[in-house]
Amino acid sequence: MILLTLAGVVVLVAGAGLALLLDRRPKWASFAGAGMAMLGCAAVFAASFRMLIGGDAEAIRWPWSMPLGAFSVALDPLSAFFLLPIAALTGLAALYGAEYLQSWTGRKSLGMAWFWYNLLAAAMILAVIARNGLLFLAAWEMMALASFFLVAFEDEQERVREAAWTYFIATHLGTAFVVALFALLAAQTGTLDFDAFGPISAPTSGLLFILAVIGFGAKAGFVPLHVWLPEAHPAAPSHVSAVMSGVMIKTGIYALLRMMTLLGEPQPWWGWTLIAIGLASGVLGALFALAQHDLKRLLAYCSVENIGIIALGLGLGVLGYTARSPLLAILGFGGALLHVLNHAIFKGLLFLAAGAVAHGAGTREMDRLGGLLKRMPWTGAAFAVGAAAICGLPPLNGFVSEYLVFFGGFLGGVSISGHFATAGFLAVAALALIGGLALAAFTKAFGIIFLGEARTEAAGRAHEPGMAMRFPICLLAGACLLIGFFAPVTVLLLARPIAAILPMGEHAVDGYLLAMAAQLRWFVLLAAVLAALLAALALLRSGLLAGRSVTERGTWDCGYARPTARMQYTASSFAQPLVDLFRAVLRTRRSLDAPQGTLPTKSASLSTATGDTFTHKLFRPAFGGVTRLMERMRGVQHGRVQLYVLYVALTLVALLVWRLGVARP
Amino acid sequence: MIEPRHAAPLLALALAPLMTGIINRTKAFFAGRQGPPLLQAYFDLWKLLRKGAVYSRATTWVFRAGPMVGVATGAAALLIVPLGGEPALLAFPGDILLLAGLLALARFFIIAAALDTGSAFEGMGASREAQFSALAEPALLLSLAALARLTGGLSLSDLFRDITPAAWVENGPALALAAAALVIVFLAENARIPVDDPNTHLELTMIHEVMVLDHGGPDFAYVLYGAALKLWVLGALVIGVLVPWRGPNPWANLAAVVAGLFVLSVAVGVVESCMARLRLLRVPQLLTVAGVFAALAIILLRR
Repeated sequence: MILLTLAGVVVLVAGAGLALLLDRRPKWASFAGAGMAMLGCAAVFAASFRMLIGGDAEAIRWPWSMPLGAFSVALDPLSAFFLLPIAALTGLAALYGAEYLQSWTGRKSLGMAWFWYNLLAAAMILAVIARNGLLFLAAWEMMALASFFLVAFEDEQERVREAAWTYFIATHLGTAFVVALFALLAAQTGTLDFDAFGPISAPTSGLLFILAVIGFGAKAGFVPLHVWLPEAHPAAPSHVSAVMSGVMIKTGIYALLRMMTLLGEPQPWWGWTLIAIGLASGVLGALFALAQHDLKRLLAYCSVENIGIIALGLGLGVLGYTARSPLLAILGFGGALLHVLNHAIFKGLLFLAAGAVAHGAGTREMDRLGGLLKRMPWTGAAFAVGAAAICGLPPLNGFVSEYLVFFGGFLGGVSISGHFATAGFLAVAALALIGGLALAAFTKAFGIIFLGEARTEAAGRAHEPGMAMRFPICLLAGACLLIGFFAPVTVLLLARPIAAILPMGEHAVDGYLLAMAAQLRWFVLLAAVLAALLAALALLRSGLLAGRSVTERGTWDCGYARPTARMQYTASSFAQPLVDLFRAVLRTRRSLDAPQGTLPTKSASLSTATGDTFTHKLFRPAFGGVTRLMERMRGVQHGRVQLYVLYVALTLVALLVWRLGVARP
Repeated sequence: MIEPRHAAPLLALALAPLMTGIINRTKAFFAGRQGPPLLQAYFDLWKLLRKGAVYSRATTWVFRAGPMVGVATGAAALLIVPLGGEPALLAFPGDILLLAGLLALARFFIIAAALDTGSAFEGMGASREAQFSALAEPALLLSLAALARLTGGLSLSDLFRDITPAAWVENGPALALAAAALVIVFLAENARIPVDDPNTHLELTMIHEVMVLDHGGPDFAYVLYGAALKLWVLGALVIGVLVPWRGPNPWANLAAVVAGLFVLSVAVGVVESCMARLRLLRVPQLLTVAGVFAALAIILLRR
């Protein structure tokens, strides 16, 4: 199976090259790029699926000329579990992108776009199967570069360029920590092969864990390292945003998990660190999502929120492990893993749908949309499914994974004592608040964009995209329902990845998961009851209304004579009460141009914008300080050759003095 | 043989609208009026079910689905909420979360249905509903978590079975705090005073009522019935804590809980007669208080 995976990578790289070669003929380049991307992803999907349902772990080691180890790749259940959504979403997004990018034909180099897209896919897959530090870092860097160029696709826009640079700097700061992590590991063990990293003793392993959390957390979007997400994801073309938000940030979660399996015995404070991160990311992500006006920015913040839920799960898992509670550990890690898969599905779906909205109505500003469900019934219905799923509502897939983490919190709170119980209750409270805020954010997104009346003419002329864009969206919506209704089967897929994380036999994990599956069977039963009730109620309603007068009128407006679509509640007004309540964190800026006088003649205006508090209060001052410090250093940079020669001479003299005087043995 | 746990959901389906009737009669009594008949809610449902419908041109299938989801989730919740110490029809570990999920599902659709009309008033109600329920959710789950901690039960049925007079003697303060939190959530989620006034007819101040302004005919009947079921479900949680006595006869226990729900309805009526609705800006504080009560209950139990 590992060979099939590598073949997929080769196909992707070949696709990248082919797309670049055919750059002169955009149609062919699109065809080759998207086609090869789908082909490669299909191969990887098949390999990882086979692995998950019971293939043997396989590894390949080829000697190479790099120092510290060999070209080593492997496909084990943990890798396969992350490859599954990567391959599926990247493949589907490629199909979508083939149509989505068409409107740029002639204005942009499509060959280039597909070159980077295929490289991004190949790099993500390679990062997940790499078992050598150097190979991993190479793939990691390739992934960062490819996605940077994809973010900068519309580089004629100032905002896009700025977003791309923000992303570039953020991702490389993260990479710096990853490099430090591997350097430390190499210094400790003398190699960079993952297999050779023996268990590492306590103080060092803690330091390595911190490095991993910062380095990989920057990619995953842990608060406060998330600041690049809401900039970069909206700037990229929608199929790229779907891939970046749906799966690329999960490579950070994967790498963190992989490192944790290599670092040996976890400490309770690791779990607490992850829970604290999860709490902050989950709640702040949901709050900032609620305050956004731009659909894709909202979705990007919501990714931060979901990464928070995943981190909460991981934290509970670590605590369960250290508390010697296998069930809590399995619920935590299992919930986190399943949420990785689920989030890839619904976030991919939502970003693709957001692209369809931008494509069909010409804007992503929620306050300029409205009533799209009538003109885009397929996309709208799929968006509704995705929105409900991301809020963790039964009977959809989001509920299943949140349920595992939630139940873990309950279990920890109820049956374990000491600080573990506190963590459990904290997780319960956080998940409940996150759920409520997410519901507010997504009823807002769905309601303001797809329901009501069109707020602008452009929104009134919106149209469905073509089949290539519609098919992936609907397929992903189907997957949300499928995983929800087949929850008992889905959780069993988690057995092998969990066994790769926890030092328990696969059979033991299977035993616990079978118990969970039995529990989830009740949930499916209730979901079926719900569906039957809905069908019965719908039948009753249509039976009652048959033959009676059913008419259509304008919406009741308290007798006002001339209602307009602009009188509807807007995205900002919908979110205002909650945004106002949490203004201390959100720091929404208002600019009000109030009407003057008894009979105002001048037009008035009010606008609100919620930037990122961490950008404004943390990173901007910090980077500003660095810049000021560097400006002081400018004094030494005159640009005069004579001075530089003087520097060289002085350095040499200083070294000579040091060698002769101080360092004499 | 028919056991109480089989009969409980049917009983709820039949008796839920009666709670509204009792509340309204209590309020009428306090106001010195005769008030509507106890069965008025049933008459209203019957009247509405026989009507045609008028839909707004702005609406889509979401508007029509909202009321149906409300009834379906309420009825599904009846299957997992236990009455009188007996296990519910379906009892399994983690059904607590499913209950919260079902309530959230109904909320999602009722908010979406309100936004579907494109009316500013309904948008206003939807916005407030989203805000208050986001704050009520942690209070609800934390108070249930406190009860779970107390009893060690992970399903609603286990949990309420073990809330007995003995538990009250042992952990009275914690149970009282959890119950207080549940009462606040019960009042807030069911649009009762002090959070929302079901009698107000000023759209600007309403929450739940204003969200359903455009529903009519059978759809509105569904809305009313769904609301009645929700009142029953959340009331059952409150009564499960406040009425812990269990006799040997399960039917008597069931009757005691139903009587308890009717007393709760009277209490709601009394509250609505004695106090005014809180200012909207104060409601988040009330809900935060509920969350704090639940958290305090947990801390008391952590000793």
